[in-house]
Amino acid sequence: MNPRRQKRLMAVSAILLIVGGAIGLMLYALTQNIDLFYTPSEIIQGKDGKIPEVGQRLRIGGMVVPGTVKRDQQTLAVSFDLVDTGPTVTVSYQGILPDLFREGQGIVATGVLTKNNHIEAHEVLAKHDEEYMPPELAEKMKGIKHVKPDQASYGSSKAGE
Amino acid sequence: MWKWLHPYAKTERTYHLCQSLLPWFSLLGLLVIVVATVWGLAFAPTDYQQSEAYRIIYVHVPSAVLSKSLYSAMAIAGFVGLVWQVKTSFMAMVALAPIGATVTFVSLITGAAWGKPMWGTWWEWDARLTSQLILLFLFLGVISLYKAFEDKQQAGKAAGVMALVGVINLPIIHYSVEWWNTLHQGATIMKFDKPSMPAEMLWPLLLAILGWALVSGAIFLIRMQNEIIRREIKRPWVVELAIKNASASKGK
Amino acid sequence: MMHFEDFSSFLDMGGYGLYVWLSFGVTALSLLILWLDSIFSKRSLMSQVLSEQARQARIKAATEKSVKGDSV
Repeated sequence: MNPRRQKRLMAVSAILLIVGGAIGLMLYALTQNIDLFYTPSEIIQGKDGKIPEVGQRLRIGGMVVPGTVKRDQQTLAVSFDLVDTGPTVTVSYQGILPDLFREGQGIVATGVLTKNNHIEAHEVLAKHDEEYMPPELAEKMKGIKHVKPDQASYGSSKAGE
Repeated sequence: MWKWLHPYAKTERTYHLCQSLLPWFSLLGLLVIVVATVWGLAFAPTDYQQSEAYRIIYVHVPSAVLSKSLYSAMAIAGFVGLVWQVKTSFMAMVALAPIGATVTFVSLITGAAWGKPMWGTWWEWDARLTSQLILLFLFLGVISLYKAFEDKQQAGKAAGVMALVGVINLPIIHYSVEWWNTLHQGATIMKFDKPSMPAEMLWPLLLAILGWALVSGAIFLIRMQNEIIRREIKRPWVVELAIKNASASKGK
Repeated sequence: MMHFEDFSSFLDMGGYGLYVWLSFGVTALSLLILWLDSIFSKRSLMSQVLSEQARQARIKAATEKSVKGDSV
């Protein structure tokens, strides 16, 4: 490589390193804001030493605890518990749930913290994992039976328990 | 090393190389993409969680994979152009940018159409979705920066620097779902682990990615030729070629 | 083996027809537009080359003519 090309290569690499480093640092500083949601344990035990305050608008992401979904048959009101690895947080919501909503499903809910372990949500989104498989295989491997969302019976059967 | 070569022979040869590769890429690409799409839409089994809605994967994942590959290719072309001052390298960069912008756009739209029925929202400002949107802006930025300069060598340099700076976004897109908690799920196939998908779903997906790569390649070859003609519009070989093409189309 | 029993269930996509066909439709349309744009700009560039060539020829003819005129 001749010296002029070498100089250009150095200059371009230097600019890239500096800009890349700057963006990397910025993102690192923003990490907390980039996270889409709090987990239930982070709401109860705090995240980086800070416990969210009652009245704070926030997002929570966790798994719907099986057997905790309570539905009002007349209105669209529903409540359920979310968990990750520790304590649970209860979410109340009024509205249409996404098709993937079911017990054991990952959920992201946006709302206001009304008690230290209760969220009044105005939006509920479903998360799903990266695994895809035919229903027969899922039944064999995981014991999960595929139910169409409109046939799901968790609401009516569990509400009375 | 090219000093002793005729200075215009290179682009002319590149043009003809594109011409001879073009039918292979277009025909094979079209064939593979049609087979993969029909396979994915009508023959692949349904998904236990998402039922038929998961079939969007057969356009969403290929477009998302290609968006990142095309960006890498564009950035490499920009880098070669900047360091070695290769004119054709900048042409390749400019030819790739609109293709990348299109597939990125497709990945965002198909993702939205998938997110609405499954997640419950068309759009969410989570790290994966936002960084993919930034990728679209980077492609558009490279295109408009190149257009903004009258002097095309200067334009190539400016757009090349922008393309290179944007490379930082590629690992962010890929690892966003691991570094931060996001609505978007983790990788199904683009990981070192075994794909989280059985073979009868995976094959059409891999085939679709191959088909998309070939079709993108075919469009690249055409756009590369266009860039060469645009830059060498007055050269004798281009004029000769145009006259030959015109008489050939008249003869039909 | 075909997954769907008949054509209407294929179109319906288990109730997600709107989203599935929206995705595939936008994809096909976008790629088609990109391809057409590439083809047509090639064509217009070729005709640009010819018109440029014709213009050069006219200029050349005109200057030759005026040079001849001067010499008389």
